[in-house]
This record gives sequence, C-alpha cells and structure tokens, in this order.
Amino acid sequence: MSVATTTHPGGHEAHHPSGLLRWIQTTNHKDIAVMYLTFAVIMLLIAGAMILVVRAELFQPGLQIVQPEFFNQLITLHGLIMVFGFAMPAATGLANYMLPLMIGAPDMALPRLNNWGFWILPPAAVMLVLPFFLGLGGVGAGGIDTGWTIYAPLSMQSGWGMDFAIFSVHMLGVSSILASINVIVTVLNMRAPGMTFWKMPLFAHGFLYTAIILITIMPVLAGGVTMLLLDRHFGTNFYNAAGGGDPVLWQHIFWFMGHPEVYVLLLPIAGLVPHILSAFTRKPTYGYKAQVYSMWGIMFLSVIVWAHHMFTSGMSVGGQLYFMYSTMAISLPLAVLFFCWIATIWRGSLTFETPMLFAIGFIVLFGWGGLTGLVLADAAADPQYHNAYFLVAHFHYALYPTTVFGAMAGIYYWLPKWTGHMLDERLGQWHFWVALIGFNVTFIPQFLLGLAGMPRRIPDYPLMFADWNMVSTVGAFVLGASHLIFVWNVIKCVRGGKKAEARAWEGAEGLEWTVPSPAPYHTFETQPAVK
Amino acid sequence: MRGVRGELVLGAALALASATATAKPFWAFPDPVTPIARETLHVHNLFMAVIVTLFFAVLAIMLYSFWKHRKSQGHQAATFTQPNSRKQWAWVLAPFAGLLILDYGVFGVPAYHAVLSYEDTQNNAELVVKVTGSQWLWQYEYPKEGIKFASHLTTPRDQIDNKAPKGENYLLEVDNPLVLPVGKKVRVITTSNDVIHSWWVPAFGVKRDAVPGFLREFWVKVEQPGTYRGQCSELCGKEHGFMPVVVNVVSQAEYTAWVTKQKDAVAKDKELSNAVLSLDDLKARGEKIYATNCTACHQATGMGVPNVFPSLVGSKVITGPVEEHIKVVLNGRPNTPMAAWSKQLSDADIAAVVTYERNSWGNKTGDAVQAAAVGKLRGDSR
Amino acid sequence: MNASDSTLEIAAESGAGQADSLEQRNRRLMWRLVTLAVLCAGFGFALVPLYDVICRVTGLNGRTNAMAVAAPSNTQVDTTRWVKVEFLSHSMPGVAIQFAPQEFSIDVRPGALAQINYVATNTSDRVFIGRAIPSVTPAVAAPHFKKIECFCFNEQTFQPGETRVMPVVFTVDPDMARELGTVTLSYAFFEAPKAAPKDLM
Repeated sequence: MSVATTTHPGGHEAHHPSGLLRWIQTTNHKDIAVMYLTFAVIMLLIAGAMILVVRAELFQPGLQIVQPEFFNQLITLHGLIMVFGFAMPAATGLANYMLPLMIGAPDMALPRLNNWGFWILPPAAVMLVLPFFLGLGGVGAGGIDTGWTIYAPLSMQSGWGMDFAIFSVHMLGVSSILASINVIVTVLNMRAPGMTFWKMPLFAHGFLYTAIILITIMPVLAGGVTMLLLDRHFGTNFYNAAGGGDPVLWQHIFWFMGHPEVYVLLLPIAGLVPHILSAFTRKPTYGYKAQVYSMWGIMFLSVIVWAHHMFTSGMSVGGQLYFMYSTMAISLPLAVLFFCWIATIWRGSLTFETPMLFAIGFIVLFGWGGLTGLVLADAAADPQYHNAYFLVAHFHYALYPTTVFGAMAGIYYWLPKWTGHMLDERLGQWHFWVALIGFNVTFIPQFLLGLAGMPRRIPDYPLMFADWNMVSTVGAFVLGASHLIFVWNVIKCVRGGKKAEARAWEGAEGLEWTVPSPAPYHTFETQPAVK
Repeated sequence: MRGVRGELVLGAALALASATATAKPFWAFPDPVTPIARETLHVHNLFMAVIVTLFFAVLAIMLYSFWKHRKSQGHQAATFTQPNSRKQWAWVLAPFAGLLILDYGVFGVPAYHAVLSYEDTQNNAELVVKVTGSQWLWQYEYPKEGIKFASHLTTPRDQIDNKAPKGENYLLEVDNPLVLPVGKKVRVITTSNDVIHSWWVPAFGVKRDAVPGFLREFWVKVEQPGTYRGQCSELCGKEHGFMPVVVNVVSQAEYTAWVTKQKDAVAKDKELSNAVLSLDDLKARGEKIYATNCTACHQATGMGVPNVFPSLVGSKVITGPVEEHIKVVLNGRPNTPMAAWSKQLSDADIAAVVTYERNSWGNKTGDAVQAAAVGKLRGDSR
Repeated sequence: MNASDSTLEIAAESGAGQADSLEQRNRRLMWRLVTLAVLCAGFGFALVPLYDVICRVTGLNGRTNAMAVAAPSNTQVDTTRWVKVEFLSHSMPGVAIQFAPQEFSIDVRPGALAQINYVATNTSDRVFIGRAIPSVTPAVAAPHFKKIECFCFNEQTFQPGETRVMPVVFTVDPDMARELGTVTLSYAFFEAPKAAPKDLM
C-alpha cells in the first residue's frame, strides 16, 4: 500500500512484518488510523448504496424495485452502518492519527488495545450484513428489519438477522469502549510536558468528552440488547406486557444511548472545525475556554434529554414539559460554539481551500439541522413531525454535515500530512459543490413531505407525495456521485501530487505541523517541551 | 435595484406571490380542523418564521465576512480571541440573552399552553372511541354503543404492483372508516394487538402510539365535516405503509343513523356465526376475505414468496386436517409475520377463507368449514 | 516487543521525577475506566427494576398496583365530586376468552369502595390459563387507583366452556387531582407466558 512506503523510511522494515500480517499485528497509531479510515469509507459506500436503492424505490409511487420486507432491511442497515460503521470509525481514525501528533505523544497510551479495538470492527460488520446478503441469495429471512431504533415488540418478530445484529452491536460497543478508554488515557496522561489541560488542542477536548459519553452509554445499550436477546429466546418478559414487562422500557434504554450518541458524532467535529477555521483565516481560535465550557454543557445535557424522541409514546404533561425545556437548553451551548466559530472567521484573512469549504458547509448546514431541532422540541407540535419526513430531514441536516462533511474536512486537511502530497484542489472543489447541491436537493423536499403528512419508513406512498419524492431521489443520486469524486481524490493524493511542506497550509498551527510531511512512522519519540 | 437583476427579483417575487395566493403555503401543515391542530399550526408557523430569519441573518453575516475579509482582497487577519471591551461583551451576551428569551419566552410560553391543551382529555368528552392497532389494519370500537369493526386498506394489489392505474385515494382508502360526529369532543383511547403502531391524522394535529397491553389517550374535536386521512406512523412490519387511517366526520343526525346501522350489523353477524352455508357461498365470501387480508403475503395465486411466505398450493396445512388449518389462521405463527386472525376476523369470515383456500388453485379437499367449527377452536394454541 | 513499547519507556524515563512510570499510570487509569464501563452496564440492567419503581410511584405508564391493597379504613369519602370510571376489555390474539365488563361506566365518590364485575367465557374446548394485565389512562391517575380485589392479581384458569363473573373491588384516592373527572381502566387478557425457549429460526 502506497501510504506504507511513503510514511515508512527504510531501516524500520527490518523488524516489521510486511503484507497482511503487518496490518493485523500493528500497534502503530498511524497504521491503525489508516485501517479505521479505510474501513469507514467502505462502510460509507455500502450504506450509501443501500439508501440509493431505497430512494430509487421511492422515485415513484408503487412498488417497482423491492418488496416491503426487503425495504425495511435496507433502511435499518443504512442507519446502523452509517452510525456504527462509518461515522464512529471515521472519527476514531482521525483521532488515532492526529491526537498523538497534536499532543506531542509517541503513540496512543494503549497501543495493543488500539489494535484490538479496530480488529473487532470487521467481524462485527460481517455479522451485521451477512444475514442481509444471505437473504438476498435465498438463505434465511434476511437481515435486521426494524429500523435502527429496534423497537419492541416488533424486534421479537424478526428472524435470525436480528440475533446476528445483537451480537454485532455488542462487538461494536466493545470496540467503542476500548477506543474511548484509549483516548481518555492518552489525552489525560500523554500530553507533552508544558501542554496543560487548558492548552491542549480543541480536537483533544472534543474527543475526550466524546469518549466519556461513550463509556457511559454503550454499556447501557449492551444491557438493553441483551435483554432483547433474552426475551427472544429465553422466555423472559422485559419488553412484553404479558409477563409484566413494558415495550416502552426498550425505548427508554435505547434513547438513553441514542440521544447522547448524536453528540458523540458531533463533538469530534466540533473540536476539529476550530483548527481548520483558524488555519484558513490565519487567525487564532476565538473563545477557546468558552468552547470548552460549551462542550462540557453539551456533554452533561446530552444524557438528560432522551425522551424527546418519545413524545408520542404517551407521556404525562410534566414529562413533556421537562423534556421540552431541557432539550431547548442544549441550544445555548451550541449557540456559543457557533458564535465562537463565526468570531474566528470574522476579520480573518480568508482563503477557501477544500478543507475550509467543508468546514463552512458543516457550520451552515448543521446550523439549520440544529434550528429545526428546536422546532421538534415543542412537545405539542412534535406529533406532526415525529416519524414523518420532517424528522428524517432534520436529522440528516444534523448528522450528514457533521459526520460526512466534518470527516471529509479533516481528511482533506490532514491528507498532506499523511501522504506528503497536496491534494487536487479542483477535484476537491467539485466534490464540495456537487455534494452541497445534491444534499440540499435531497433533503429540502423531505421537510416539505413531512409537513404534507408523509410518514417515514414506508416503501410506497399516496399520490400527493410523488413530486417531492422524485426531486429528492434525483438529489440523492447526485449526492451519491459526489462521494465517488471524494474517493478518487483521496486515491489520487495518496499516489502523488505537489510536494507538501511540514506546514502544509500557510495558516496551520499545532504540533502536528512541526513534523515532516509525510509524517514519519514514529514521531515524537522524545516529547517536545511546550511553552 | 437596476436593470436585469431588479427585473429578475421582481419576476420571482410575483411568481411566488401568485403561487402562494392560490395554493396552500408550502411550509405549512394541512388545513387544521381541530382546536389542537390550529394551536400547533400557530406554534409551528411562529417557530419556523423565527428560525428561518435567524438562519438567513447569520448566513448573511458569514457571507459578508467571506466577501469582505478575503485574503485575495488583501485583508489582514485580526488577532482578537475574546471580548476585550464593554461593547464586545455586549455583542457576545446579547445573542445569548436573546436566545434565552427566544427559547423560554417566545417559544416556551406558547408551547406550554399547547402541551396542556393537547393533554386535556378530561374536560367534557362526549364520546369515547377505542382504537386498536394490528398488523396491518386498525380496529375501531365504540364501547358504550357496543360497536366494533375493522378498517382495512382497500387499494387493490394491482395498483401497488403497477399493473393498474392508481386511484385518487391510492393507499389512503379503507373499507370501514372511523365515523365521528362533528363538533363533539371525542376521547380516543389507543392500544395494540401485537407491536407498537401509531395513529396519525395530520389535519387533526394528533398522533399517538398504540402500545400492546397498555392504554394511551388523546382527544379530538373536529370542527368541520369531511373525510380526513392519515397513515400509521410507527414501523410495524412489512405492511406498515399499507394501513391508513380514514375518518368520516359527519353531522350529528348522520352519526346517529350510522350508529343504529352498525348495531344492526353486529346483531346480523352474531346470526351468521351459527349459520350453515353452502360450499359455493363459503368460497365466494372467502375469496373476498382472502383478497383483502391474505394476498399481501400469500399472493393472489396462493403461491406465496419462496423462502419468505409459504405457498398454500398443495401445502401440508391446506390439505391436512381442517382443525390444524383453522388453528394456524386463528392463532398465527408466533414470531413470524403470520398474524393471529382471531382478533380481526369473525368465525364466519375465518370459516369462509379456510374453505376458499382448501378449494382453490388446484386444492380440492371439498371441505366446507362452518363458523361454529371455528368458534370451538378459538384459544387452542398448539 | 515492538517499537511502540520501547518509545513509551523512553518517554517515561524522560518524565521528570515521577513516582510511577507512565505505563503504570496509564494502566491504572485504564482499569478505572473499565470499572466505570462495568458500572454503566450495571446501571443499564438496574434500569429494569428502576423503571418499575418509578412507574409504580408516578404511575407514568398507567400501571396500577399489581398486588392487593388493603381496604382503606379511615379515608374520608369526598362528597364534593364524582369520578366517572370507565371499563374496557381486550382479549389479545389467540386468547379464546370472551370478556367484557358488565357496565361501561360507573360514577364513584373518591374514597368510597366500588365494585365492577367482568364476565369471562372460555369459548374453546381446551383449558385456558391466562393473565389479565391492567392499564389505566390517564396515566397520572394510575397511582391513585387502588385495587383491593382483582382477578388480575393471579393467573386465571378456565375450563372449556366455563363462564365466570370476576369482580374488581377498587377505590379512587381522594387526593387524586380534581381536574381528573374520568378514569378508564382496561384489562388485556394474555395467555400465560411459557418459559420454554423458542425456536431460533
């Protein structure tokens, strides 16, 4: 693999295995990061292909391409793979490569744990999708088909695709927990001397709090799916009213994980974007402390607002009011973050290279996602949005700009450091604009569909929803195509390009820009002293 | 504004104005016909107006910065990292304070009232209706009046499979809609027979989950007669998109007449459960029931879908003992999509559809199953 | 032993005069975090009884008392208002019990004892063992709805064709909010769950 040869100066090859064995055994944070990122992009493309089949079916009313039971598997796997197979591993890949470089550490604190954390992922992914592909080939009833929210008692009716998914979720959870432990120990213990807690990069802050949330919530989900497995096969009644249980218990357990999960997806990017803004405005980050305090606020609030996903499940007035007002409170720390980002841009000396475009795209689109979240927080009006396309559009405006634009901003920003080459700016601009247009053409119609009354998770729809669905599908294919531009751009950059300086971007600051581009296999073996 | 740009803007504004003058605004919910729908539409419009304004205001600030502070125009970067003067602190705190007021005042107060109003099931409900979600239809019951019936999608499978042109109410038409009197406060109680469903009529502004083993409640008071349509809003399996909600809201007189008719039909059905019908009569009735309830999975040909839904042609269940066949239809197969039809079909209906299956598509058992035989087997699980 | 471990040791030795090596501090923090993860898993499982307790105390999911409550002896009957109590019945699919309350609703004084009879008939020719699961709406009324005698406390066994009158003796607490004028009680009759493991496919 070309990354290996450009980042691997001769002499080290003597005691490193090569080929497949190298990748299986490696404890080097750069290698592991490359594996995380490669895995994530493959998952992005698989889950993306799945949703394009869904959008193709929704192009017109009537069932043209797939049957409803297959459709339900596609939407479920799209969600699960995107969240657990793409977004989290991509962020972990960025963290793995860059955290040690940014804090002046030789590697992550627990290198072998790092290796295990990654290698759990490929088998977990196989477990998740194998029943789906087997079902396609006529073996078994197919993959998990309940939506990524896996509500009970519907989850009791699924075939063994559900049981595979439960085991997969356990493995994905363990991988997350191991990676989180590694991040926390690294950030707390491995910083270069002189880099106090209040001097460390915002990316480190973002990832530290992400890891803390993950350790809290993933075990709870593991408990919940274990109870589901017990209900399915061992005669327990956790979620079954007949035996004294309650289906709504599952909703509480799931959303106790599910809501903080979206901040797990946000915080790494919230920590990353200030770096990019600062670099391309040639201006120091505005409001460092304010941003850290906001992240604390988001972290604490994220675990106490989960039931705003359950307003239609039947909740007392007190419950609705509490969850409504507490959810609205999250807009306050988020507003602080936005203010600081915009204040970083204001009166800078701006250029608009690809990483900057994606960072700005994130701020604008995620801003709209967050604002529509405020609308959904109103418990009385929420029934008109909940489980309809307004909700689908809201969370895609919140999640896609964050996890996809954000990850791509980071990848484009740091590719020169990893490969030693500058990327093709023209291709990068094409990627951005095609993605921006495709994304909005896909999801703006979905707001309108939701307002008109179209529910989600349906493979066919009444005639009045036809026009906007057609537009949305066209947008989806344009958006899908933009990802191919991205992949091509990355491969091209790995292969060659204009030589990158150590400080590849003129305004970039931080310890990572003091090592050569490409970064050597081992960096900061002696920790630098930070003033 | 001068020249072409001005004309373009004017033209666009005129086009938008004419479009919105005749059509419903594209950013709004369907026309509200209940007090709660009106209140939540008002809240929605308020929230949307505010966030759209906020979004474009902030975007404008950013776009201004992108233009004015470009390096290529020679702008030098400032170095400030925090507020340094009173004025700058004001710039920082003002939006924050504004957001607080927005959240808990502008939004928070109307939202509070709307929530209380939504949950106000207690005052003066004049009618109680029980809605039960099933896979994949709704069942409506008026407990005080003793009326109970099921409401199935009636869009033919042909239309869904693109073999016939789609009707006007494609996927939004049922055999037996819920009927409500106009202007009366109705308390609706929901529950479910199997998995969680959700009952939604956008024009009413209400949506509530139907949870098996538990009750939930909400209220509607429909102010205008008409036919209102909605769909199930919680994923409930393969036919989730095919179990619509249709409500006919009629005058009090029409409602009373309808109730009387329903009570008569209940009495008639009781008679049917003791009747003895001919093979041909049973088959004719069974064919209709099969078309409404069974073709989704087992297909019109009876051949099912290989590996997913079993074929009924010459199968062991269909050609084997009648009792076993009846039990499968009554009780379903747990943890598969084969539902227990005991809740949704009467004895007479099940007898008819079993007879139809046993005597169609090449199956020639000659069995004529009567309603009484079905009644005896209710509750026999294995 | 790969290069990473040796670099960690170098980093540890270059750290100025720390009592524990870096590796020791890392491991200690790692085990603390593992403990935290285990505690959170414990919290996840603890949510099951926690949920029950919270629901019982607040009535948030419409659950009423699952075991008999002694008839209140010294409660004042509130003669200033009536509460309408409605009764619903629901037989789950596959349950051969025809099951209905004798009256749709009765008006009671809070604090007074009241009784309603449900009539159930086993319409099949097999013995049926089942359980009635109660639910009250509005949910906030549930903690105030006290059942003194109820067929829902135990499993019910019905012989083939047997008809039975099943009384429910209850009282509505006088301290239930005045705005609650109507309370609906429903029983969903399920077949008693079996403990046998189900088929995997």
